[in-house]
Amino acid sequence: MAEVIYDHVTKRFDSVVAVNDLTLEVKDGEFLVLVGPSGCGKTTALRCLAGLEEVTSGDILIGDRVVTHIPPKDRDIAMVFQNYALYPHMTVYDNMAFGLKLRKVPKQEIDRRVKEAAEILGIQELLNRKPRQLSGGQRQRVALGRAIVREPQVFLMDEPLSNLDAKLRVQTRGELIKLQRRLGVTTIYVTHDQVEAMTMGHRIAVMNQGVLQQLDTPENLYDRPANLFVATFIGSPAMNIFPVKVVSGDGAYRLIAGEVTLEVPPSHRSRLADYVGREVLLGIRPEDLEVAVSNEAQRGDTVRLPVELIEPLGAETLVHLRGPAGTLIAQGEPRIRLNPGDVVTVRVRTEHLHTFDPQTEAAIF
Amino acid sequence: MTTTPVRTIAPGMPLPLRQRIRLWIESEPVLAYLFMSPGWLILLLFMSYPFFLGIWISLTDRTVGLPTGEFVGLRNYRDLLRDGVFRLTVLNTFIYGFVTVPFKLLLGLLLALLLNQAFRLRNVLRAALLLPWIVPTALSSLAWLMLYDPVLSPFSWLLKDWGVVEGSIAFLGSRVNAIVSLCVANIWRGTPFFAVAILAGLQAVPHELHEAAAIEGANAIQRFFAVTLPVIRGIVVITTLFSIIWTFADFQLVYVLTKGGPANSTHIFGTFAWQEGIGGAGKLGMGAAVSLYMFPILAALSAILLRYVRSQET
Repeated sequence: MAEVIYDHVTKRFDSVVAVNDLTLEVKDGEFLVLVGPSGCGKTTALRCLAGLEEVTSGDILIGDRVVTHIPPKDRDIAMVFQNYALYPHMTVYDNMAFGLKLRKVPKQEIDRRVKEAAEILGIQELLNRKPRQLSGGQRQRVALGRAIVREPQVFLMDEPLSNLDAKLRVQTRGELIKLQRRLGVTTIYVTHDQVEAMTMGHRIAVMNQGVLQQLDTPENLYDRPANLFVATFIGSPAMNIFPVKVVSGDGAYRLIAGEVTLEVPPSHRSRLADYVGREVLLGIRPEDLEVAVSNEAQRGDTVRLPVELIEPLGAETLVHLRGPAGTLIAQGEPRIRLNPGDVVTVRVRTEHLHTFDPQTEAAIF
Repeated sequence: MTTTPVRTIAPGMPLPLRQRIRLWIESEPVLAYLFMSPGWLILLLFMSYPFFLGIWISLTDRTVGLPTGEFVGLRNYRDLLRDGVFRLTVLNTFIYGFVTVPFKLLLGLLLALLLNQAFRLRNVLRAALLLPWIVPTALSSLAWLMLYDPVLSPFSWLLKDWGVVEGSIAFLGSRVNAIVSLCVANIWRGTPFFAVAILAGLQAVPHELHEAAAIEGANAIQRFFAVTLPVIRGIVVITTLFSIIWTFADFQLVYVLTKGGPANSTHIFGTFAWQEGIGGAGKLGMGAAVSLYMFPILAALSAILLRYVRSQET
């Protein structure tokens, strides 16, 4: 077990900068998720740590050892690949034992470790089978087992759940979390799925275009996104974003977009001082738009908007509203009775508003 | 699935003849054979007919120029077994077939591994690699004939220049020299086939397997045996069997280079059959018998090949 440090790591492929000056510290025993859209550099960052890619500049440390120019086999890591990369001609047992045999671990020790890992993962019955005789979920376990038996300092996982069907993915996700907490091995987990990121990581590093956007706990990432990209990437359905004008008067700050006027809660006012008279981007999460069928009068935190579309998802209902600049999605009660064309009162939880600078896209509050 | 047309005729009444024929043709077993019949016809005309004609001729003393011959039973086969040249031919064919294949396999594998690496001009080299195999053998064999020329051979000149040998080498002058020379030319011609087939196999080896093995601590050689070889094993086996069969049934290379000489000592089945049947003696029956001695060997090899291919499918 060890901590992992990326120290100003840059990786270029010809003219493309895949990872741009990444500095990041993963704590000992931490489950860190690297998340971002495809092509954001998260997999490249992981492969640099594995030693499968040579970094262009910067250093990588595992424990207190600089491993930047050390070959993969000497980095004391184990990696789980997206398609599992099991050796097709070897049995499950041999797949798991292969790395240990190469390291000349004594036979009894190999046997002990393989059987122990098989028990943890519940694959004792499969040890004599070949990978092609296994289901996707079983293969995934074998790939995990192969990593566990090595007892490495760090686990690297490259989208290990993305080849599983949706139901199995949710189940395996939970098991993987429990397993990591139990083994306590530092784990770096790459995914493009923000639900996986939110549920699995102690901390999450959001990347975009090779640049680290924010490194924080799931809660902070959700409630205090550092910029527009993080705000829209994390959360489903995505945060509603539209431009508003900042107006001050009567000792209050208001955000105005077309017919919609919202009052800024006092606690946030100071941050907006520089933006009075200018446009900013307003962000509201769907669950912070409360749809009420009632006909109450407009206040500082309510707006009246027409309904465009209803999406009943069972546990919740997504209500598409015609906002001042395009569609706004509100997360309504289950079994809500609405029809397209209805005009509804929407209460905005103004204490959870987000605003972003339109130029830098950095969060204002 | 068969479809039963709606019957408009009262039950018990016999159907009109045309409809009965149509129903019969459209029934599944009949239709299946009908669809296969063009294939069967081609096989019968161009494969089975010459094959069985060959068997028949081998049982006669038919010669070139005469319309028929007398049935002589297995005499041709018996005579061949007593013929020293034929026995040498059998030995030559086995040497030619089995000695060249390991070299072709090894060289082809090495070439394929090389061409699977990323480097400049790789695609040009890959295309050039195929040349020996796609140039008509009769043509490339003529080039080899010049390379093996007793007086003008560049090999001899080079070796003389380096002081390795005193005089020119008689590449095709003695049995041993000639067989070695034939094998070298055959290896040159056959290696690209191995290389291309194995290269295709190498490209099917998932990259992640190599990466996983590298992380687990395997060096390049260990990765070759643990990852690469098991994946390409099927291709190697099939390519090898094909190559043995083709080499056994070769004709052109030997015919152009030695015509079976010197003194009939380098014949293989193909050239000897031609010489017996058409070239020198014109004894069609004998020539056919020589060819048919090849049949059980090739049949056995083909059976192994087919069995292997089928075992891989399941």
